[in-house]
Amino acid sequence: MPTNIHLSLVDYTILALYCAFVVGIGFALKRYMKTSADFFMSGRSIPAWVTGLAFLSANLGALELVGMAASGAKYGIATAHFYWLGAIPAMVFLAVFMMPFYYGSKARSVPEYLKLRFDERIRCFNSLSFAVMTVFASGISMNALAKLLNQLLGWNYDYSLWICSAVVLAYVLKGGLTSAIYTEVLQFFMIVLGFAPVVYLGLKDVGGWKVLNSTLAHVATDPDKLALTSKVYAPDAWTSAWKPLLGGASANPMGVDLFAMIFGLGFVLSFGYWCTNFLVVQRAMAAKNMTAARRTPLIAAVPKMLFPVLVILPGMIAAGLAYTGKDNYRLPPRMIMSEAYAKAIPAVQQAGAQNLDAQASLKLVGEAVGFKMNPEKVVALVKENAAKAMPEAALKARIQAAVSENDYDGVILSLVKKYCPPGMLGLALTALLASFMSGMAGNVTAFNTVWTYDLYQAYLAPNKSDGHYMNMGRIITVVGVLLSIACAYFASNYSNAMDIIQLVFGFVNAPLFATFVLGMFWKRTTSHGAFFGLLGGTAGSMIFHATTLAAGNVPGIKGGYLAVLATFPSEMAQNFWLASFAFGVCFLLTVVITLVTKRTKVDEELKGLVYSLTPKVADEGQAWYARPAFLGCVLLAVCVLMNILFC
Amino acid sequence: MGLDIRLPIGMMFTLIGLLLSISGYMTKADTAMYQCSLGININLVWGVILFAFGFVMLLLALLAKSVKEDAPKSAETAEVAR
Repeated sequence: MPTNIHLSLVDYTILALYCAFVVGIGFALKRYMKTSADFFMSGRSIPAWVTGLAFLSANLGALELVGMAASGAKYGIATAHFYWLGAIPAMVFLAVFMMPFYYGSKARSVPEYLKLRFDERIRCFNSLSFAVMTVFASGISMNALAKLLNQLLGWNYDYSLWICSAVVLAYVLKGGLTSAIYTEVLQFFMIVLGFAPVVYLGLKDVGGWKVLNSTLAHVATDPDKLALTSKVYAPDAWTSAWKPLLGGASANPMGVDLFAMIFGLGFVLSFGYWCTNFLVVQRAMAAKNMTAARRTPLIAAVPKMLFPVLVILPGMIAAGLAYTGKDNYRLPPRMIMSEAYAKAIPAVQQAGAQNLDAQASLKLVGEAVGFKMNPEKVVALVKENAAKAMPEAALKARIQAAVSENDYDGVILSLVKKYCPPGMLGLALTALLASFMSGMAGNVTAFNTVWTYDLYQAYLAPNKSDGHYMNMGRIITVVGVLLSIACAYFASNYSNAMDIIQLVFGFVNAPLFATFVLGMFWKRTTSHGAFFGLLGGTAGSMIFHATTLAAGNVPGIKGGYLAVLATFPSEMAQNFWLASFAFGVCFLLTVVITLVTKRTKVDEELKGLVYSLTPKVADEGQAWYARPAFLGCVLLAVCVLMNILFC
Repeated sequence: MGLDIRLPIGMMFTLIGLLLSISGYMTKADTAMYQCSLGININLVWGVILFAFGFVMLLLALLAKSVKEDAPKSAETAEVAR
């Protein structure tokens, strides 16, 4: 990426306005923070449309924005499975079946529900693992933001990290969960309104949807031209979501088979996230009454269904533009770090001095840089430099231009740079910044609630006054932000750390839904069954990971370090199968242990916690078309329609 | 919770919309600047749209506020009428 972006006065003003408003919202809400319930749960007073948009927004971190565009370029419309298969059904299920338990029971958090339903052991396990995961997620988000600001605008990494964290701390400390929710709604509109013009311009530039489809048909039959992959696919691989899937793992660029997609992603991972992750459930639990709480995920599902247009389409547009080479656009290459240049420049000079042949030059320079390089460009560069030594800046630029590995995460930014004049640029960048900061705010509010109620109040300091817990909440908010910053530094220094952390998240999340579904719908499930089932499921994830590998990976952090008992066509396939396996292990183990242990809770204690023992939520007061069950059916029908339209 | 979120959203987008439209209007003649956005003065066009969005939000917020103020008033008049 040769040039940094330069921001104009208008751009900086938009950025400053956003920061001023989010901090201002925090201060405006300060006077409503009277009890710990106000601080941690918004006093359960928020209208459904606000919690609905916050629910969606908390999930839509910047990493998803960037990642979906990346996947759109790599896999095409199949990425929409993460939405139309991997989100909507779970959101409807949460709204219709699970919200009555979360909202109706006395639980103030997801771990607390587990405690009421089972016992303290499983609450402890869930709250500890969630607390650690959420702080790391926050740190990863802030690290990505500071790196982006550094790469894109040349801002100092440390200043960016600390200043952005300070802004988030300011509004969360003052206004608690309500601040986080309100700014998430603001962020939602910023993202939609900030990126819609870029998508519009991109689509116009590429010639419209039909032309894009035919261009992507060419891409599918020749993905190597864009350095996407060296395999070849049928013409509809980038524009058809289901047909390539039906053709098996080798027929679609994701390398996933039908079962893994539907069961692994569509059921286990999807329901496991949307139905049990406190980050999103907390927003629904802040709603002003049961009806609003049940409507929250349904309201969120509407924009969620349409989001592929905003986040996946840009990736597909980028692939289309790069294929036609219009205006010399290409998918952004991986950026060479300054340390790598120190090795690369001598390598180029050495290749020229020793007069190495094409293959040897490519090998030498490629190893020094660490990425795949374009052979012709490398050879030409070595020859030119040997004939006449180039100035350092020009040499660096030529080496960077010769990188042929794509930086998919840079796709959305490359489109922003391409289409946005000063002014619009500030808006798009502020939208991106807003989503990173909102990611940190969401994680910190989930963390401070789980810490204060499920760890501090439960084990360390029970029976204190409400004011005491509110103070603890404020203190732990500061601690949470500081821990996130520490995690950000950790992630920035050890890129492997990020992979390990994501891995651990996967291990813990995969079996979790089995525990919840058995707890909520089978009154017989015992605490022993739930606890050991969950532990067993988590261990199952680890064992599965240690004994399987994706094609093309070496045993190590990607798996297979104990033995390679099975190979999968892609990492995504490995992930989906891991989730399915862990779910299965947890489910079976929980059932078996339950059947051989005695129940510790009587029916009376489980009222409001188990489906068969809870009076059905009285929907009679509402018109039939406003009932959650009906709305859920409508949403599912539209979802099926979307799948058919793009199958 | 006391603060209607539509108020800050409305305020922020009217301000940003105003900023972008003014910036777009003042650079109307600069065709080189808008080459990247396919010749469209995207600042002006989108600025106006954002301003309209912010305005609608503010309107909804103020309407909701006046409905809330009317409700106790109508209860009072009902009392007096009896």
